[in-house]
Amino acid sequence: MASLGDTAAAVDLTAYTRAQDDGEQALELIVEGLHCGGCVRRIETALAKQPGLSQGRVNLTTRRLALRWRGAAAQAADLAQAVEDLGYHVVPYDPERLRSGDAQAEKQLLRALAVAGFAAGNVMLLSIAVWAGQAQDMGPATRGLLHWFSALVALPAIAYAGQPFFRSALAALKAGQTNMDLPISLAVLLAAGVSLWETAQGGPHVYFEAAVGLLFFLLIGRYLDRRARGKARGAAERLLALENRPVTALLPDGRQTRLPADQVHAGMTVLVAAGERIAVDARVRTGESELDNSLISGESLPVPARPGDPVFAGTLNLAAPLTLEVTAVGGRTLLAEIVRLMELAEQRSAKYVALADRVARLYAPLVHSLALLTFLGWVLFTDTPWQMALLTAVAVLIITCPCALGLAVPVVQVIASGRLLGRGILLKSATALERLATVDTVVFDKTGTLTEGRPELHDAALEPEGLALAASLAGASRHPLAQALLRAVPVAPLAEGVQELPGRGLLLASEAGEIRLGSRRWCGLPEDESAEGPELWLTAPGSAPRRFAFLDRPRADAAAVIATLKNRGLSVELLSGDRPAPVAGIAEQLGIAKWQAACSPADKVAHLESLRAQGRRVLMVGDGLNDAPALAAASVSLSPSSAIDISQTAADAVFQGRSLRPVLELLEVARRAENLVRQNLWLAFGYNALTIPLAMAALVTPLIAAIAMSASSLVVIGNALRLGRAAPAGAAR
Amino acid sequence: MNGMLFLIPIALLLGLIGLGAFLWSLRSGQYDDLDGAAERILFDDDEDS
Repeated sequence: MASLGDTAAAVDLTAYTRAQDDGEQALELIVEGLHCGGCVRRIETALAKQPGLSQGRVNLTTRRLALRWRGAAAQAADLAQAVEDLGYHVVPYDPERLRSGDAQAEKQLLRALAVAGFAAGNVMLLSIAVWAGQAQDMGPATRGLLHWFSALVALPAIAYAGQPFFRSALAALKAGQTNMDLPISLAVLLAAGVSLWETAQGGPHVYFEAAVGLLFFLLIGRYLDRRARGKARGAAERLLALENRPVTALLPDGRQTRLPADQVHAGMTVLVAAGERIAVDARVRTGESELDNSLISGESLPVPARPGDPVFAGTLNLAAPLTLEVTAVGGRTLLAEIVRLMELAEQRSAKYVALADRVARLYAPLVHSLALLTFLGWVLFTDTPWQMALLTAVAVLIITCPCALGLAVPVVQVIASGRLLGRGILLKSATALERLATVDTVVFDKTGTLTEGRPELHDAALEPEGLALAASLAGASRHPLAQALLRAVPVAPLAEGVQELPGRGLLLASEAGEIRLGSRRWCGLPEDESAEGPELWLTAPGSAPRRFAFLDRPRADAAAVIATLKNRGLSVELLSGDRPAPVAGIAEQLGIAKWQAACSPADKVAHLESLRAQGRRVLMVGDGLNDAPALAAASVSLSPSSAIDISQTAADAVFQGRSLRPVLELLEVARRAENLVRQNLWLAFGYNALTIPLAMAALVTPLIAAIAMSASSLVVIGNALRLGRAAPAGAAR
Repeated sequence: MNGMLFLIPIALLLGLIGLGAFLWSLRSGQYDDLDGAAERILFDDDEDS
């Protein structure tokens, strides 16, 4: 794989380099193959030896490398090469193009939360002094002073920390709608306004602490919610970066040049080195190699590519250099088509509205009318001064404030995702749990999902002698089948002088004659179309050719998990892009009655659409980029973490490990979380039903309203915590 | 009562310092790479060079 290095050629790196004000150059790169702190250290140590570099820092969370150096922009190529030499692939990252704004919004919320927390603590301190003073004999002057201090802290804090709510309320008003942020903004602004008026009048009651406390609690819920949603950002950015790979084009005059993929046009000739990812759809002109199609088809075995064969953007050229004739670029490649399908499907599932939002849509107008009714009622039908009537209305707004309602869902989600994370399941979508709870059909992909996605040696009738010989040759190759052979015979001694002929097989010249390990054709045997599954042949002088067959085994507990799913009344189906024979075999072995083989990504989406049209709620479990549209088209989706990044983006949840049991665990936790959310919503409503009449009757001051509101939030949180403790029945490990 | 005139501003000031410290740490990117920071503590910087 020595040729891997030249994929980093610098044609477009300088285009991404930004000159800084202080004369330094800055560049951000996405690093592929970054796993742990060890990788971070290797890269940073190697970069430290580069001249002129002032910063070379890897961010392990976002998998990005930030470079700053003094000197020419063209030095970018050397720096990128230094990282490539370590075996990591780097892709330039354009912050302008990928600006998601999500990270900014999260930081903004955190800042608002910090300010609100500071203000809530200090204002509460001052308020307690005032309350204590009422029981003793605090003079009006001291009380007024404390009130002014409270105002001094609370008003700027409200102006700053309330912005997320005010903005969203304003946006809703402009669109002629109401949302949950409108009553919140009204309650906060009214409480602050009335308190300021009271303070100026030297009155006894101010409610700054209620206003600030309200903001603080709501911001906690908001922040938790945002974090639960924000985890999937990075992988989508990496997919976009894939389009940035430069292409080596062969000009008509025989010169080679490197171009960005979007400047290549159909009919051009491009070269692809071994180990390089193909950036365009094309047809092979010369060369013979093997391609890793796993990004496109999800299938783990390499596919041979010979002159005339079509190849697709996103596949990895494994064995030997190829010359390709471009057939489609940019928006018309298969990769772009899959991304487009996925986006379409995601738009559909985005129409799903979280339960809390649905409730809020009905709830907000109700709260406004109740508060207005209270105010008008007190002003029109009694001789209460308008300030008192307004305070009563504020108490209604605060007590009906959806704090408990706002926390009811996020808190359950945070605890459920914490629990699932402990069992190796990562929830990515905020609404995934709600959707999982209603699932009635589970559709599985085959390779890498029901199976482990890596070939294993089929151990029927193999004599150890031939196996040891084959394994001693196989040690020289990175081919997946050779690796599988090595796994079966881990102690085989490595043969010296093995040659690898890309796309064909391995060759060892011994004294007795040539020993060959590879395809049927390589070993000089007649073609046989009926042969099932992947195989290797071994020919050695003086013995008959020996065949090694490989199987992609189902996960050990797949049959048990599918039986349990069926017992729970779920309908189970299998959709695969693989050939009918192996799919039928797996389906029969695992007891799945409904299966379809040879499905294209569009077929899978169409099948899921038809299930949806029948009113089914489908959980799609799959990996591979070809499943990405299907994952997005299903009501809810799950991916094993051995899957590549992109399908992890499309899936609502990702699980780790060799077991399929997380599917059961996830469904069980989702069901229990759904119950808890409903209980929480009822608790929140019950509290409202009890306290709203009291508040409307002016029996509750805004302060007591704020305390009651907090108490209801605590009850809701406490209820949600139950999910973290007990093990769900039937899903024990 | 006079003590309060000192103590309240002092309490607010201390709180503000804490708030400022948090906002500064947020702004200077200390929360940007939590995974990386957890691993970096293990690097043995003086073993080579």
